[in-house]
Amino acid sequence: MSNDYDDDVTFTEYTFSEAELNEIEGILQKDLIKSGVHSVLLIDMAGNIIAKGDNGNCNHDVYSLAALASANFAAVDTMAKIVGEDEFSLLFHKGEQESIHFSKVQSEFLLISIFGKSVSLGLLRLKVAEAIEKIKGVCEQH
Amino acid sequence: MAFVNLKNKEVQAKVVFYGPGRGGKTTNLEYIYSKFRERIKSDMVSIKTHGDRTLFFDFLPFEIGKIMGYDVRIQLYTVPGQVKYNATRRLVLKGVDGMVFVADSQKNQREKNLQSLKNLQENLAIYKKSIFRIPLVLQYNKRDMEKEGMPILSMEQMDKDLNSQLKVPSFGASALSGENVIPTLKKIISLTMASLQKVLK
Repeated sequence: MSNDYDDDVTFTEYTFSEAELNEIEGILQKDLIKSGVHSVLLIDMAGNIIAKGDNGNCNHDVYSLAALASANFAAVDTMAKIVGEDEFSLLFHKGEQESIHFSKVQSEFLLISIFGKSVSLGLLRLKVAEAIEKIKGVCEQH
Repeated sequence: MAFVNLKNKEVQAKVVFYGPGRGGKTTNLEYIYSKFRERIKSDMVSIKTHGDRTLFFDFLPFEIGKIMGYDVRIQLYTVPGQVKYNATRRLVLKGVDGMVFVADSQKNQREKNLQSLKNLQENLAIYKKSIFRIPLVLQYNKRDMEKEGMPILSMEQMDKDLNSQLKVPSFGASALSGENVIPTLKKIISLTMASLQKVLK
């Protein structure tokens, strides 16, 4: 067998220690949930959930949400390439009561924020950008 | 790629059902969902066309209990079987840990099985995975069609067609009645877990 192939089962290329995961969940809680975001997930591009946070009132099926979000993001990314863009930078779905915002964190991860009418998109984008910078800081500690 | 969460002591792994269109991949998942309804807390997610064909994928998260102190959660996915949906099939394969290839036993589907298996090999190669090394189980579905008078391929013939080089476990099955659906699932879970365990040690 040539060396072009990985082993039969591989683990994700990234790892997070318990302390790092605590730190990330702390950031999600402090920067996003405290700002009024209902629920937030940090997932990888294969749909695995890395970290999550919510305000205690959310009962979303987060595993399905993560699977769909990663697939949706991959599909939109492919669409961007078809029309000659590297990526679409803003990915946002607006609902009557709840809205979803997606943001890429480095090339590996996706931050999904679910928020209601009390949070404006502008504020959310600001808070998400801040949180992402902090999460990147945790990733770079490796 | 399986993700190990050291904080929650949880492993998430991905098993994908692959195979030609109308071969019974979604029916496999529907049977598993109906059989383990109490154990599966969330709903099965299906992204279908209006004609009830899989457009993107079906998704079913499945908790199988503890291994080496970790809660193991297997995410079951299907791909759209139709040839034209290759781009979406590829997306679903990202990060796959184990595969079930659902072949159609009907005689007139013989060529489609071969094409789909070849397509799987090509798509896995994009993610630097070898079809010879990934945990894989073959399922020869629609064995029940014989009772309806439809000509089907013999198990030996299907093994010769699809499994002569792979030499992986294979099951004759009927996803509609559920025959051998759970044994197929158990087999792929145990192969995937054995593989993961080797790496965890």
